[in-house]
Amino acid sequence: MAKVPVQFRLNGSDRAAFADPADNLLTVLRRGLNDFGPKYGCGQGTCGTCSVLVDGELRLACLTLAASCEGASIETVSGMADGPNLHPLQQAFMEHFAAQCGFCTPGMLTAAKALLARNPNPSRDEIIDGIAGNICRCTGYEPIIAAIESVARGAAAGQRR
Amino acid sequence: MMEFRKDLFSNERDDDLNVVGKGVQRQDAPGHVTGRSPFFDDHAFEGLLHLKVVRSPHPHARIRRIDISAAERAPGVKRILRGADVPVNRNTLLSLINFGKDDEPTLAVDKVRYIGEPIVAIIAESEAQALAARALVRLEYEPLPAVFDVEEALKPGAPVINDIYPGNYFEYHEKYDHQKLRFGDVERGFAMADHIVEDRYQMSPIEHAPTETNGSIAAPEQNDRFVVHSCAQGLFFSLGTAAKIVNLDSNRLHFIGGTVGGGFGGKVDSLTEPLSILGAMMTGRPVRYVLDREEEMLYGSPRGAERIYIKDGIARDGRILARQIRSYFDAGAYTRLSSYAAIKCTAHLPGPYTIPNVASDIYVAYTNRCPSTAMRGFGITAVDFALEVHMDKGAEACGLDPMEFRILNAYRDGDMKAHRRVAKNTALIECVQVAAEKARWPISDEARRQSSLTGGGGARAEIPATPIDENGRINRPETRGGRPTQTLPAGTMRIPLTKQPIMEGSTENRPKAPAVPQYEPYRPAAAAPPPPAPAYTPPPPSAPPPAPAPAAAPSASPAPASQHGAHRFSSVFGTRRR
Repeated sequence: MAKVPVQFRLNGSDRAAFADPADNLLTVLRRGLNDFGPKYGCGQGTCGTCSVLVDGELRLACLTLAASCEGASIETVSGMADGPNLHPLQQAFMEHFAAQCGFCTPGMLTAAKALLARNPNPSRDEIIDGIAGNICRCTGYEPIIAAIESVARGAAAGQRR
Repeated sequence: MMEFRKDLFSNERDDDLNVVGKGVQRQDAPGHVTGRSPFFDDHAFEGLLHLKVVRSPHPHARIRRIDISAAERAPGVKRILRGADVPVNRNTLLSLINFGKDDEPTLAVDKVRYIGEPIVAIIAESEAQALAARALVRLEYEPLPAVFDVEEALKPGAPVINDIYPGNYFEYHEKYDHQKLRFGDVERGFAMADHIVEDRYQMSPIEHAPTETNGSIAAPEQNDRFVVHSCAQGLFFSLGTAAKIVNLDSNRLHFIGGTVGGGFGGKVDSLTEPLSILGAMMTGRPVRYVLDREEEMLYGSPRGAERIYIKDGIARDGRILARQIRSYFDAGAYTRLSSYAAIKCTAHLPGPYTIPNVASDIYVAYTNRCPSTAMRGFGITAVDFALEVHMDKGAEACGLDPMEFRILNAYRDGDMKAHRRVAKNTALIECVQVAAEKARWPISDEARRQSSLTGGGGARAEIPATPIDENGRINRPETRGGRPTQTLPAGTMRIPLTKQPIMEGSTENRPKAPAVPQYEPYRPAAAAPPPPAPAYTPPPPSAPPPAPAPAAAPSASPAPASQHGAHRFSSVFGTRRR
């Protein structure tokens, strides 16, 4: 099958790749553009570890056709830190030991970022709902919830978002 | 938050721990939160090829024909591997420590023994092309009768699953069909007991379901080596396994890993590394073999199912006088690590209790199920569940509180364990006391005063006379049910091994070893000596339990052993104590 060019902004930079029309965004990000932040966990939209933001909206990269992202702005965990300065959520995940094996962490952080963007002061239940599509098989949900809560309450490293 | 009970065993510990109890940042945390931790699949390669395997749809079948001609011509296909392409196509994981016979092919050749067993590997330019070509492989099977039940598998006449082990059981020392533990005389214990509590426990296989599926990427490296990015939990274990299967010196393999996206035991089997490496050897290009989620869930080896039978004989006052255990570990079609699980299980019995008569037979049985492997305390976890449920049933049978019942039967420092080793560093009593306190579960003052450090040893340290089978070991299955014929005299620590033991069956024409020990002929005991007196007497079942005392520390312990520091709970130093 002939490959087609796909262009989008990835973490603030203009990027282009040739993709099979059937390629999903996860494959193009990882194998086309070498952004290994989003992970393959299931390929069927059940684990959340491929979560990315497409024009600010939380999307599962494994279920998103790459070609449908033409011209979009895509954010992954790889662009979350501002140079050497970690995002408050990243800082909070470290402080709360919210990463065990670390494989779900990119998706968790992305889901948390999307949550706080649309709801800066979520309740605990809203946080749980916000990461309900992300599986942590190490079952470290409590520290993850605590980390997100601490950022929402402006407690992470004394910073405000 | 976590609480450290430094009042327990305080006189045995130097209070100089400078990390335990404090939050210390993990060195891999920055990589995890920035998405830069290098999992095996997070590596870019030019010209990366993708490998997919054809799997058996049958639990047990003879392979009559493999036709790859159409698949070979499919777009993007670079190479197709079959069993004959695998240099050493028979392996068992623990062969690296000379334990067990090679029993598992990397790619099945003549037979398949479980649904999902790999038969053909397809290497193509893209995953989609590999999957498309996979559908073009034509296989003809002759289905064979399958066995899915461990006890059915061990019955005479059951279909042979794994030809290397024709009895459908793992052969310990190439001879014994199970792991055996004998201490005292359980039959005598049952005869003296007021209550007999028997039950059967059946566990299910459990898939580890790591978020990162099993996989690896292998690529030719300079100097005639291959670099392998692996998800393996035991990287050097996987290196050794892969080197054997692809028949390369291990120094030609450069394994990189250690960043594992969840393993829980399910990433010790080297499910993908040998084929990735072989693919890179055959094509000269990087080859990536990753299980998809469906393969991981269905064919990634699970925790093995166990069937456990427990029979306890309990005196009216709550002392367990005898415990008999028979357990079957479902290995699935191949051994992998199940042989080790049964050893761990035997070493764990009869649980953390001092019981004067113990007998256990632990079998590893082959079935036409997915091979099982390590998972979080495998061999221990399931039998512990069964034992602790059984403890509750035992407490109920004699009308005792389950906490008191555990404290009554708990092992204590100085007791003789069923393995003929003296118990040390015991702490069950204290654990139960703290658990009761935390759960606001009332236990008696007497129970609260008990300590692992006192009341053990003495009569509880004696090794009882132990009836044993003919020759002090296990006969072949058809004679398994035989009565004891000999007795290990009280105090016998171990049966001396001879270099040339008496063999049976196909090996019975070997010369008889002169040094096989002779023991007393077995005579069923008429008048049994009373079992050791209990270290304490729990309150009668009718008495209302007293209210819990808040955070009552155990009373002062007697003079401790002379060691300090972490020695009590260190497995390294613990072996030297006393």
